[in-house]
Amino acid sequence: MSSETITVEIWRGKEEGEFQTYQVPRMESQTVLDIVTYVQRNLDPGLSYRFACRVGVCGSCAMTVNGKPRWTCRTHIDKVAGDGTLRIQPLRNLPVIRDLAVDMTDFFEKWTQAKAQFVPTATRADDFAQVSPEDPQRKEASAGIECINCGVCYSACDTVAWVDDYLGPAALNRAWTLHNDVRDGGRAERLKAISGAGGCQACHSHQSCFELCPKHLNPTASIAGLKRATVKAALKGEI
Amino acid sequence: MTSARAEILEWLVQRVTAAILAVCVIVHLAVIVIAVQGGVTSKEIVARVGGSVPWLVFYSVFVVSVALHAPVGLRNILREYTSFGRRTTHWIMAAFCVVILVMGFRAVIGLYGLGA
Repeated sequence: MSSETITVEIWRGKEEGEFQTYQVPRMESQTVLDIVTYVQRNLDPGLSYRFACRVGVCGSCAMTVNGKPRWTCRTHIDKVAGDGTLRIQPLRNLPVIRDLAVDMTDFFEKWTQAKAQFVPTATRADDFAQVSPEDPQRKEASAGIECINCGVCYSACDTVAWVDDYLGPAALNRAWTLHNDVRDGGRAERLKAISGAGGCQACHSHQSCFELCPKHLNPTASIAGLKRATVKAALKGEI
Repeated sequence: MTSARAEILEWLVQRVTAAILAVCVIVHLAVIVIAVQGGVTSKEIVARVGGSVPWLVFYSVFVVSVALHAPVGLRNILREYTSFGRRTTHWIMAAFCVVILVMGFRAVIGLYGLGA
């Protein structure tokens, strides 16, 4: 297998740029990140890309692979390059810094706009909160908490591409997990924050986020939950 | 009303009117398909539908639902596909609602009046 090579096209430049083609030796269990790293270390030291853990934990190595956003460290070549060619681009919907590295500022800024941070209600004098794992609300929260902030859903989302201030699947998913956390005290403010023109109502339920999330989360379902929650709050006059 | 609250209620109205329209469109099309089986003239249609209070109510609900449903969708499309500002798309939505109401009720009342 090691005698074979794969043809790899990699984006070079910023918003304007071009693909450059490389021949990379095939290896067993080779990932897309292995390919990019091989190119950078052996063929083109100027190639910019981002990674850290290499084992699917940190969420920094996401790129567009043959047209779809993927976490490259856990994406095997066998799965995505059936015809023997590979085209690697930066993530969509985010400004390109250079080559395969994108500026994640907007992505994280929207988490802040969605008030997607825990608002504590207990003091140090209080005992630990007793939350049963079987509690329906806890189950809703638990279903969405494994997000690694990789930006794959944000890149996959057409609504993000169309509506500049749409908060995106990741921030809204996080808002939903917090909404279902009984210890959280910021629900009313958060529901208001995620209901504006760029809020959860803008979601078309295309489910690209669900299809491509490397952690198999379902942000579309979380957003649907938020839509129901915001309607209830609006009818009660809380928003 | 806050923009967040307005956004939620517009979304809700669009969903509720979608459900109403689903029924209205089925009834509308089914009646047409059934009614033309034997071949009917426009005069016969007016004789059946014109002056009928149940049909007046049915088509009034139909028109109001369309007038609420379509403008919200149009506003969303404009937001996504054009660079119009939020205020502009809001007023286009409102104007489109008025246009549908006027045209729709002109037709509904006109048809009712023909049989009255």
